[in-house]
Amino acid sequence: MKKIVLMGNPNVGKSVVFSRLTGVNVIASNYPGTTVDFSKGKMRIEGKRVEIIDAPGTYSLEPTNKAEEVALKVLDEADVVINVVNATNLERNLYLTLELLEKDKPVIIALNLWDETHHLGIHVDEKELEKILGIPVVPTVALTGEGIKTLVTLIKEAKSNPNIKPTSEEGRWIEIGSIIKKVEQVEHRHHSIRDRISDLTIRPLTGLPIALGIIFLAFWFVRLIGESLINYIMQPLFDILYLPFVTRIGEFLGPGLLYEFLISQTYGEINFVESLGMITTGLYVPLAMVLPYIVAFYFMLSLLEDTGYLPRLATLVDSIFHKLGMHGHGIVPVFLGLGCNVPGMLATRALETKKQRFIAAVLLSIAVPCMAQTAMIFAIFSKLGTDFKYAPFVYISLVFITLIILYFVAGFILNRFVKGDNPEIFLEIPSYQVPHLKTTFKKTWMRIRWFLKDALPWMFFGVLLINLLYLIGVIDFIAILFKPIMEGVFGIPGETSVVLLTGFLRKDLAVGALLSFPIGTFSAMQLVIVATMLTIFFPCVATFAVITKELGLKDMVKAVLIMISAATIVGVSLRFILLGV
Amino acid sequence: MNRQNIYLIDLPANKTAKIISVSGGYGLQRKLQTLGIREGQVVKILSRQPFRGPLTIKVCGSQITLGRGIARRILVEEL
Repeated sequence: MKKIVLMGNPNVGKSVVFSRLTGVNVIASNYPGTTVDFSKGKMRIEGKRVEIIDAPGTYSLEPTNKAEEVALKVLDEADVVINVVNATNLERNLYLTLELLEKDKPVIIALNLWDETHHLGIHVDEKELEKILGIPVVPTVALTGEGIKTLVTLIKEAKSNPNIKPTSEEGRWIEIGSIIKKVEQVEHRHHSIRDRISDLTIRPLTGLPIALGIIFLAFWFVRLIGESLINYIMQPLFDILYLPFVTRIGEFLGPGLLYEFLISQTYGEINFVESLGMITTGLYVPLAMVLPYIVAFYFMLSLLEDTGYLPRLATLVDSIFHKLGMHGHGIVPVFLGLGCNVPGMLATRALETKKQRFIAAVLLSIAVPCMAQTAMIFAIFSKLGTDFKYAPFVYISLVFITLIILYFVAGFILNRFVKGDNPEIFLEIPSYQVPHLKTTFKKTWMRIRWFLKDALPWMFFGVLLINLLYLIGVIDFIAILFKPIMEGVFGIPGETSVVLLTGFLRKDLAVGALLSFPIGTFSAMQLVIVATMLTIFFPCVATFAVITKELGLKDMVKAVLIMISAATIVGVSLRFILLGV
Repeated sequence: MNRQNIYLIDLPANKTAKIISVSGGYGLQRKLQTLGIREGQVVKILSRQPFRGPLTIKVCGSQITLGRGIARRILVEEL
């Protein structure tokens, strides 16, 4: 099967073109470095099946980070290259085009973001460009689908240009200069509103307050949307529709082992949170407690990504992140990681050196709770019998403030001791885009689907496993075994060891397990300690697999040692500060 | 006219300048070039972050954030 590879500079819309061609949805955003791995899809061209590969963006064919290395590897396999070019920035994009043509592979150009050129007063003569380069050039607007059909019909016309011989960098730039003179005219435009917003959000004096405001608003919205979805949709659904249904099944099953595994530990008593049945708790926790927050979070994240705000935030936080052994781009894995640590871990590939990637990965796994865990942390503290109205807020803040402090302190220390380079930031800032709501919804939906596909089987399996272990007495054994450590070192009940171990399967299940203990097992402050340690102690198994793949075995072992030490130090400190003993 | 070459880092806000040369290792030079930072291009500083933070510049039709160390290697002539 023929392989067609999409190549181009970062953030020119390759992934959007890919989705248009193959119907396979991949995440696309408005910042360089969204795609850090390749995706494959298939399509038919004149009856023949071809494979389309979406490569990470690269400015040239000499890689400067891991994502660009992936792009080069993919290029080697290409039979045809679709070079996606940003029409609003032809000069810079043509460098890669010339390099591609020197490779002697058939190339076709998709002149993307064509609509933007009109807004910016840039006139590109695509016919002339086609003539000069000797390959087909198709103007496209991938977001709306304009020009994609023409692109598909012209793929077979893709060709190499034997007149373009390998040359020096110097030579390429001279060539580009002469091409630009012939094909591009730029009108002078005054400062637009978009430029003004861009300036305001990137200047420190206005940018920092705006950043704080945006982050605060984003999280406030997540909480608001998440809670509303729970209170007005999921909770009623489970109470009114699902409860009678499960009760009926329970009556049919009668008391026994099957009932205990599927529905509840105590016969006739169904509590969705505490019953620990596969079709009660196993469904309720992911669907009614976590999913609403996942929906809310990914909707907000998609909005932030698509407007192009993240690179500006990266600029604003760069000097702080530099002290942590990374640069401003290190904020991107944190944001993605707040949804799920797995994509967060993959996003560290956009950092240039091993040192930066190691620190970013370790900090992510110890100090950034995923949304599934966060949702459950919200849930346990909201359920506490509270003495005053803002108590849950105070406890939740304690957990997060501890994690934020840990992120900075651990980063500061790691920066000192991890060997390697920490080069300065060098990042392209895309222009602001008004998010295309349909695309934002679609992207949110894709991420929700991943969550469901991943979470539901693990939850079932987790609940089943816990039941089995309870049955054969392993849980009690572990609780007793670790009791001296838990009580003596951290001042928390012995049962906590079971919770921490469950965290290895899934963090939300682990926090959920806390809820199944009788009220009074934990004091509120003890819950703060457990929730915090659960974040730091060990990532879930899915994240763990990605860390191993990204860092290699040796660095993974180091990372694990750091996790365990961090959890111990923070646990003991919290004990003295919060419990006072 | 008395035109002096200065480093990009010393260019006052809202002034435009032309790039005279870029010094540094081959890797860095190439990286800068592919994003449009090379001889003859016109640059303007859009913002400077405090605490030795990065600069954001406008060059070759796009905006780029770069560290101060890099800005010290770019020689420009104020226009």
